[in-house]
Amino acid sequence: MMIYNVTINGAVYRLDLAPDRAAGRWHCQLDGRQLQVDAVLAQPDVLSVLIDGNAYEIRRERVETGLRIWVGHKSYTAEVRDPRSLRGATARADSGKGARQLVAPMPGKVVRFLVAENSQVEVGQGVAVVEAMKMQNEIKSPKKGIVLKLAVAEGAAVNVGDVLAIVE
Amino acid sequence: MFKKILIANRGEIAVRVIRACHELGIRCSAVYSDVDRTALHVLKADEAYPIGPAAAAESYLDIQKILDVAKRCGADAIHPGYGFLSENAKFARACTDAGVKFIGPAAAAMEMMGSKIRARQEMETAGVPFVPGTSCPLESVRHAKQVAAKIGYPIMLKAVAGGGGKGMRLVSGPKELQTALEAAQSEAQRAFGDGDVYLEKAMLNPRHIEMQVLADEHGNMVYLGERECSIQRRHQKVLEEAPSPLVDPDMRRRMGEGAVRVAKAADYSNAGTVEFLVDSEKNFYFLEMNTRLQVEHPVTELITGLDLVDLQIRIAAGEKLPFRQEDVVIRGHAIECRIYAEDPDNNYFPSPGRITTLLAPAGPGIRLDSGVYEGCAVPIDYDPLLAKLIGHGQNRPQAISRLARALGEYFVAGIKTNLALFQRILADEDFRSGKIDTGYLERILESNRDREGKPEKKEDAAIAAIAAAVFARLDVTSTASNGSTSNHGTGTANASAIASVWKKAARVDALR
Repeated sequence: MMIYNVTINGAVYRLDLAPDRAAGRWHCQLDGRQLQVDAVLAQPDVLSVLIDGNAYEIRRERVETGLRIWVGHKSYTAEVRDPRSLRGATARADSGKGARQLVAPMPGKVVRFLVAENSQVEVGQGVAVVEAMKMQNEIKSPKKGIVLKLAVAEGAAVNVGDVLAIVE
Repeated sequence: MFKKILIANRGEIAVRVIRACHELGIRCSAVYSDVDRTALHVLKADEAYPIGPAAAAESYLDIQKILDVAKRCGADAIHPGYGFLSENAKFARACTDAGVKFIGPAAAAMEMMGSKIRARQEMETAGVPFVPGTSCPLESVRHAKQVAAKIGYPIMLKAVAGGGGKGMRLVSGPKELQTALEAAQSEAQRAFGDGDVYLEKAMLNPRHIEMQVLADEHGNMVYLGERECSIQRRHQKVLEEAPSPLVDPDMRRRMGEGAVRVAKAADYSNAGTVEFLVDSEKNFYFLEMNTRLQVEHPVTELITGLDLVDLQIRIAAGEKLPFRQEDVVIRGHAIECRIYAEDPDNNYFPSPGRITTLLAPAGPGIRLDSGVYEGCAVPIDYDPLLAKLIGHGQNRPQAISRLARALGEYFVAGIKTNLALFQRILADEDFRSGKIDTGYLERILESNRDREGKPEKKEDAAIAAIAAAVFARLDVTSTASNGSTSNHGTGTANASAIASVWKKAARVDALR
């Protein structure tokens, strides 16, 4: 059983989710209510959900601010928190050995780098400034370490997920 | 008939022309800039040639480069699409000089219609009504004041060489005239290298209705009915339909015959569009003639059953029009939505990027002319038009229902689009009863600002919560099994890489 705290348009839902033995079936408890959910990934970011005979085509969109979940014509801002895996992630980030990549969270232009290659950075220290739609965003280092490489040139256009720098 | 056509364009219109070529059994060559190497038109063409960097001035607008490709690949004709070089008389002339047929009107007709003053003078001679004002450039502030006093304020100053709203000023009284004139002149000088400005009576929130004409090179000319294009913003059309809810058969005939007179005065051939402004009393005034295929040509195709691009090519190849005016019959109603890569939350500014998910609509009465595919990147360098979604029905209500249904099926993620705007328009009472003018869209956007934040159906929010959790759970599974989702098709590997990036980002956020 996995516990998720899901925020939909500001309202928090508590979900207990466990996969059933049958493929695509889930035991789901939503705020204490038991539900049988049939949910299958039809294609990346498109989920076919069947609940009580009702069919939904649910689409997920990643936007700058997080996630957007589409049900029919309507979209909801969504945030998913999983307390257990978060703790795990925290531990991993702190003891993180090996190189970590800094990636662009949105499409835009690399205005400048705030550090040079081979320089020392702290956790949360700004590494690059990415401009999208006239808004400048600082991209911060995920860990303490040395900047191994600046992966793109200043002024370059980047897409979501493009590597900006590598910190080790 | 031509053996090979070079398409001097990109995006959905290049794909549209490729389709017409293939139906005619003509080989077609695409051209592409550095950022368009994997664009849809390059994938669909028979041949493709690079023409330089992303900047249009160094690629799609470079006459010499395009003619060099035409020569190298042995094309005997060039289709310019719309935008870029489509209304450039110099280009049309250069094609002729190079022995390549330009699919469009003769350069002389383009030149005449390109100068708004010359076009107005011709209309005066041809007896076509046009908006009252001057038919020559303004000589001085005194001259402007005299004319303005005669026709009455408010008036509009416009650049002779103008377009796209540049060099335009609305003047509500004589006191503002001098400053506005100077501003318009210097803006026109900077934008077009020609500071000449003329003056027209300003019509407040008129309708914008245009008439499609088609002429062969043997003197035969027809009109193919009007398109209602009043729903626009910053002089850019957003939704068009045919026929116009305002126009009755008699008005259509009068506008059509006027448009044909305009085109005949310019000795026009091939496809063209005569734009009119229409006031609340159904008076229409000539505005300008567009000497190219229009973005919104599909609505005319659907209600007339004609293929305009096919006809353009046949006409350029010297064929005669295969029908007469009395053969043109209008059947049903068609509406087109221009799907732009725009961010509705950021004042509809362009929103380039990679399309991560694309679900395309289909079904009865639906046509989708698209220039993109799932996984493709929408460059920042060009017009943000992604696709045109067109609904066709027996009548206007059916066209609206089909379009609304198709919009529900349409989904684009990775970039922002204006898709949601069309649901609002199609559901709006004023739109449904045909009460639209050029101020309509601004009013809709204003009124919808208040409507935002209305409570949603509670059940759907719960479904969204469950789905969000299932997505998150499946992400963990796919990461653990190291990209097992790549069986699901295109772009998955990339998508799961992004997913882990987002998860990482979310965790980093949670750490703060």
